[in-house]
Amino acid sequence: MATDTTPTVATVGPVAVRRDTPPAEPRRLNFGRALAWSFMILVILVSLFPFYWMLRTALSSNNALYAGSGSLLPVQTSAGGFERVFGLQTGQEAIDAGGAGQAINFWRYLFNSVVVSTLITAGQVFFSAMAAYAFARLQWKHREKVFAFFLAGLMIPAIFTLLPNFVLIKQLGLVDTLLGIALPTMFMTPFAVFFLRQFFLGISREVEEAALMDGASKVRVFFRLIIPMSLAPITTLAILTYIASWNEYFWALMVSYTDKSRVLTVALGVFKSQTPQTGPDWSGLMAATLVAALPMLVLFMLFAKRIVNSIGFSGIK
Amino acid sequence: MVTTTSIRSAKSGRARNGPRDDTRLALLFILPALIGFGVFLVWPTLRGIYLSFTKFNLLTPPQFNGLDNYVRMVQDPVFWNALKVTLYYVILNIGLQTVLALVIAVMMQRLTQRTWLRGIVLTPFLVSNVVAAMVFLWILDYQLGIGNTILAAVGVDRIPFLSSSSWVIPTIAFINVWRHVGYTALLIFAGLQTIPETVYEAGRIDGASEVRMFRSITVPLLRPILSLVLIITVVGSFQVFDTVAIATRGGPVDSSRVLQFYIYDVAFGRFQFGYASAMSVALLAVLVVVTFLQYRLTRAETSDLA
Repeated sequence: MATDTTPTVATVGPVAVRRDTPPAEPRRLNFGRALAWSFMILVILVSLFPFYWMLRTALSSNNALYAGSGSLLPVQTSAGGFERVFGLQTGQEAIDAGGAGQAINFWRYLFNSVVVSTLITAGQVFFSAMAAYAFARLQWKHREKVFAFFLAGLMIPAIFTLLPNFVLIKQLGLVDTLLGIALPTMFMTPFAVFFLRQFFLGISREVEEAALMDGASKVRVFFRLIIPMSLAPITTLAILTYIASWNEYFWALMVSYTDKSRVLTVALGVFKSQTPQTGPDWSGLMAATLVAALPMLVLFMLFAKRIVNSIGFSGIK
Repeated sequence: MVTTTSIRSAKSGRARNGPRDDTRLALLFILPALIGFGVFLVWPTLRGIYLSFTKFNLLTPPQFNGLDNYVRMVQDPVFWNALKVTLYYVILNIGLQTVLALVIAVMMQRLTQRTWLRGIVLTPFLVSNVVAAMVFLWILDYQLGIGNTILAAVGVDRIPFLSSSSWVIPTIAFINVWRHVGYTALLIFAGLQTIPETVYEAGRIDGASEVRMFRSITVPLLRPILSLVLIITVVGSFQVFDTVAIATRGGPVDSSRVLQFYIYDVAFGRFQFGYASAMSVALLAVLVVVTFLQYRLTRAETSDLA
């Protein structure tokens, strides 16, 4: 089969943020452009303000928030919010400051989140890459039919499989375990297979043939040639998968019950429900929220360019 | 085809036995994915449909009860209310998000294509729905939130964003727009990159204004991608859960009890997995119909660029 790089659903692939297009030539600042820029500045402000506000609130002392609700800077700067998140305050101190008085086990949740996201990402990317290679490069009967079947899986909304999957995880005795949270998405997603197959199809066959001529096996070709040559799309997929599994809430909420398997998103929900209903500990809550958001923000700072450029039509997820 | 033949001859040149066929190796390669696909996607789908015809509380085996769950569903006012609330949410969420994303995408293309701008716009997408819900719960708090403090300062009445039945759905829709609009804008932006610059140059030579070019060039040429984006975002929007679970838990009364939250409540609050499955099937059916209609109405399969 000749490489069919014809776009299927959409042009999935190393999409085309065309760099050769020169940016619109500088023109005189006219009214329309000024208006457009003010709109963009508003968008930037709205996008970023909540992050600043988390920080500002987290650094305020909770009891002073009422009087200083309009202040743009932290009111009575204090690290108390963070101390309550990390369980560094005694119960009484925390209660006096408006908190719940219960220490939360932040490091445990962070650890859980890292384990779950790493399991999902490593498994899903690796197994999907293997399958994608079989669909793109190996010759076998019914290949196209099986692939079409996989693609049909894209149509099933994730939400539909959650309840039955929970029943299954319960039968397997994996409720309240990290493996139970990771398992359903650890093997593949139709999207990951589809995404990688598209790249593998684009790799020149000549290189592969040369290696085979030299006596390399297909397995060796896959590990020593295909994977190294596709590191960019594989990394992109891994980052997107990591972000998605890190942010997952609904499924994790179903499966985890105790600290043993609680991930950050779920723990944040629990922390919120523990705070006093009247006069919540906002500075503690915002400190927790910020801390929960931080790992992904750091990841984003490290890989911003790659992440931003990868969301083209590869981003259909 | 040419490639295949050349590989074949290369193979036979290596004197391996028989014609080229990787079936065994291929099986090995797709095995993990196939297990995952079968066990966690196909099987649960079939099982979910089966469970919808049973009475099942997780502890004792499911008992077949025919159409009972569906009959109950049709007569359940809370279900119909949940469906209505969900639809209302989807319309607000998708309407606002699509318009905003389109404008942002066009401006990112026309003003500056620098990565930093796209990075900033994407930042909210990096945090979870839970984080987004938490921070807006605080910003929009009736007494202390900065949102209401500003409203009060400019002399407008405070708004009970998340605690009044008329404001709650628009507010949740807005929170989710905040998190997803950048992502959607980037998808549309990628679509815009496929429109040749020459078309705009021609437009400029003819003296067309930016607004005119937007209407007569961008929108028609973007249609296939826009409709694809719509299909994806609408399907996602129907599954709203996280924000509701964190910010309102379905309240006040049932005014933000979206379908997915009701399903969760029935399954995990009352252990009626059969009935919850029936409602999941209904949601699936709604999604299939909506996707199909969108596909037809927006003619997603044809392009004006070709």
